[in-house]
Amino acid sequence: MSNSVPSSIGRKIIMALSGLFLVSFLGLHFGINFLSVIAPDLFNEASHFMGYNKLVQYVLQPVLVAGVIIHFLMGFVLEIENKKARGPVGYSKYNGGANASWMSRNMILSGAVILAFLALHMYDFWYHEMVYKYIEVAPEDPTRYLPETVHKFESITRTGIYGVSFILLMLHLLHGFKSSFQSMGWNNKYSRALEGFAKIYAIVIPLGFIFIAFYHHFNQLSH
Amino acid sequence: MKLTLQIWRQESAQAKGKLVSYPIDNIDEDMSFLEMLDVLNESLVAKGDVPVEFDHDCREGICGMCSLQINGEPHGPDRRVTTCQLHMRMFKDGDTIVIEPFRAKAFPVIKDLVVDRSAFDRIQHAGGYISVNTSGKTTDANAILIPKENADKAMDAATCIGCGACVAACKNASAMLFTSAKVSQYALLPQGRVEATTRVQNMVRQMDLEGFGNCTNTGACEVECPKGISLENIARMNREFLGAKLKG
Repeated sequence: MSNSVPSSIGRKIIMALSGLFLVSFLGLHFGINFLSVIAPDLFNEASHFMGYNKLVQYVLQPVLVAGVIIHFLMGFVLEIENKKARGPVGYSKYNGGANASWMSRNMILSGAVILAFLALHMYDFWYHEMVYKYIEVAPEDPTRYLPETVHKFESITRTGIYGVSFILLMLHLLHGFKSSFQSMGWNNKYSRALEGFAKIYAIVIPLGFIFIAFYHHFNQLSH
Repeated sequence: MKLTLQIWRQESAQAKGKLVSYPIDNIDEDMSFLEMLDVLNESLVAKGDVPVEFDHDCREGICGMCSLQINGEPHGPDRRVTTCQLHMRMFKDGDTIVIEPFRAKAFPVIKDLVVDRSAFDRIQHAGGYISVNTSGKTTDANAILIPKENADKAMDAATCIGCGACVAACKNASAMLFTSAKVSQYALLPQGRVEATTRVQNMVRQMDLEGFGNCTNTGACEVECPKGISLENIARMNREFLGAKLKG
């Protein structure tokens, strides 16, 4: 195998590192979104900072996009390679549920749903932000973020899509987050505690996003 | 017991195989799975048919030769046993049992249920040993103190019999559990540390060359392993490999 092609362990480590980076971003994203429920003014302030800060715009955002691309691209490449490794003839009977969780066996499925959701999410927020800033060249307005966000959740269909996508994200994280430590070779007396933390994180963060989406949906109905 | 066996029949490596149904009667629940196949083969021979080829040797769960995928699981539905240790009491009267060879690109079928697992031998040859100069004064191995915990873990890793159930169970046909057990059994001992850096790199390189898939940490290998080889070994191998690459 050529030195330019990462080994199977190298590819695992790339998946783990990019995954851990995305997991940490998800936590930050949730923190800011949750402000829209508990402190709307602070949410506007934080969103404005993320939208106009030069470091975020020109350094962190490209790094984030690179992280997303690497993680998804590597995921699909590994899936194709793994299918080939199974050989030309598959099992007539394969009892995968007897020895591995559904989440661990269907990471590509949950990943594909998350990718589709990301496309919708980018259209909903990033695309409109780009139009506002660079096409309409509209003036800075630090108060526009909350009304824009709330407006997105007017539709029950869109809110429902967000909900289902975050359920899939939860399933993806339930395997992926703890798995990244194993891929990095992390296995010691703290592993159980870390796995516990990863499990809680994988459940709480997506449920939190679902809560925010439905909170804004039902909150505006009541007004 | 009366059973229906659906067995993969394939004349040769090049031939196309298919599942063939065999009704079988008078199977005692205390028979081992391989004894049940012996009964089937005796009846096939008596009828002038070609018996079913399957791998076996010690029939004590030590050699790692038996290698059947039974009802979708390597070594069948029982845990911590090889096919030869699997008993017919695990099945019910009237059951249909699907028996297939271990499937992986790196384990090509030779005939019927027999697969070529020499890829494991080549991984072992790539570094699964320690080089010892026996021509001069050698140090007694017992003179080197080893922490009990490490000795136990090395011994646990060394119980891998190389049967290939890990590859057969893994949806990606990954050989990480096997390779990591072989890496670990040396990495944990001072005698093995001397060549640890090159060993892990050479064995992983060979594993990749053989065409095994990538580990996605499903844990199926650990569950199906007849010797209970722990996933902890895979983490250790990843750590060893990362360390070796960083050393350059």
